[in-house]
Amino acid sequence: MPNPEDIVDRGFLEARGKLLEVAAFLDRAERYGRADDYRVVALKKALATLSDSASASQRADAFLRAMSDPTEQPLDRATTGPAAGAWQQSTE
Amino acid sequence: MRYIEPHAHMVSRVTDDYERLVMAGCRAVCEPAFWAGFDRSSPQGFYDYFKQLTEYEPRRAAKYHLPHYCWLCINPKEAEDPGFAREVMQLIPEFLAAENVLGIGEIGLNKNTRNELAILEEHIDLAVQHEQLILVHTPHLEDKLKGTRLILSALQNNPRIRPECVIIDHVEEHTVREVLDAGFWAGITLYPISKCTPERAADILEIHGRERLWANSACDWGPSDPLAVPRLALELRARGFSEQDLDDFLFANPCRFLRQCEKFRVES
Repeated sequence: MPNPEDIVDRGFLEARGKLLEVAAFLDRAERYGRADDYRVVALKKALATLSDSASASQRADAFLRAMSDPTEQPLDRATTGPAAGAWQQSTE
Repeated sequence: MRYIEPHAHMVSRVTDDYERLVMAGCRAVCEPAFWAGFDRSSPQGFYDYFKQLTEYEPRRAAKYHLPHYCWLCINPKEAEDPGFAREVMQLIPEFLAAENVLGIGEIGLNKNTRNELAILEEHIDLAVQHEQLILVHTPHLEDKLKGTRLILSALQNNPRIRPECVIIDHVEEHTVREVLDAGFWAGITLYPISKCTPERAADILEIHGRERLWANSACDWGPSDPLAVPRLALELRARGFSEQDLDDFLFANPCRFLRQCEKFRVES
C-alpha cells in the first residue's frame, strides 16, 4: 500500500470538491424552497454519519445504510419510477 | 494486462467498444440478459433478444477475436408481471444448450416486490433443474440492502443451491460482507455515479480481500464506461497492487468462477 501521505495527496482535492458540491446543493435546495424534500432531508441526516465517531472507518457503509430502506418485508406491488437514492416511507 | 469483462450489455454498445475492450486487454466478455430501457410488449421480443445474445453478439465480438458469452433470464424489472415472466421463462430451456450460454442471469430483484421474489425463486429452480450457474442483480440505491437480504434468503431457502455457483452482483460497502459470509461470489460494478467508483472498489478489496470477488463495468445504455475495469487497474496499481495481484483479481478470479461452466473456454 502507498503511505498515508500519498493517499491524502491523491484524494484530498477531489474529496474537498465533492463535499463543496454537497454544501452548494443543500444551499440551492433551500433557496429553491425544497429543503423539506425527503431526499434532501435524508442526505442531511446521512451526512451526520461522516462525523459520527461510531462510524469511524466505516463511513461509506454507514452512509449507504442511512440512505437505505430499513424494512424487511417484500412490497405488495412495485412503486413507479426508478430508485431515488433515498428511502421514503410509504404513506399508504 | 489481461482481464475478463464479466458483465457488459454489449447489445447497447457500438462495435467500436469491442475494439476498445480488446485493445485494453480484455480476453472475454460476458453479457447477462437485462432490461432494455423499456418494457417489451411480448414474449416474442425476448425470443428475438435471446437469439441476439446467442447468435448475433458472438459474431460481432468475433470480428475482434473476442469470445462472447451470455446469461439468460427475464430481468427483475419486467418480472413484476408474473404471467408474462413465466411465458418468457418457458423460452429459456431451448437456448441453454447454445455454446455461449453460461447460466441464468441476471435474475434478482428491482423494487423488492412479492411478484419479483416469486419469479426469482422460479428462476433459481430453473437453474438448479438445468445445473446452471447463476448471476444475480441486486437492486439499485436505497433498495439494495433490503433486496440483497431477500435474495440471500431466497437462495439459502433452496437446499440444492451451491453458493460457489452463484455470483451476487452490484455489491457495495454495506452488502459485500453479508454476501461473502454466506459463501457466494460477489461482483463489484463500476459506475460513474450510482454504484462503485474505482477508488471505492479498491477500498473494498483492501478491506475484504479479493477471494470470491470480481469487478465489472456493466456498461449499457445509461451512464457507464466499457473501460471501467482497466480504470480500476490504474487505481489498484496506485494502491500498490502488483501486476500479479491485478492478473489474479481481474483475470483469474472471473475465470475461476466461470470455468465452473464447461463452455467457458478462455485459456490461461
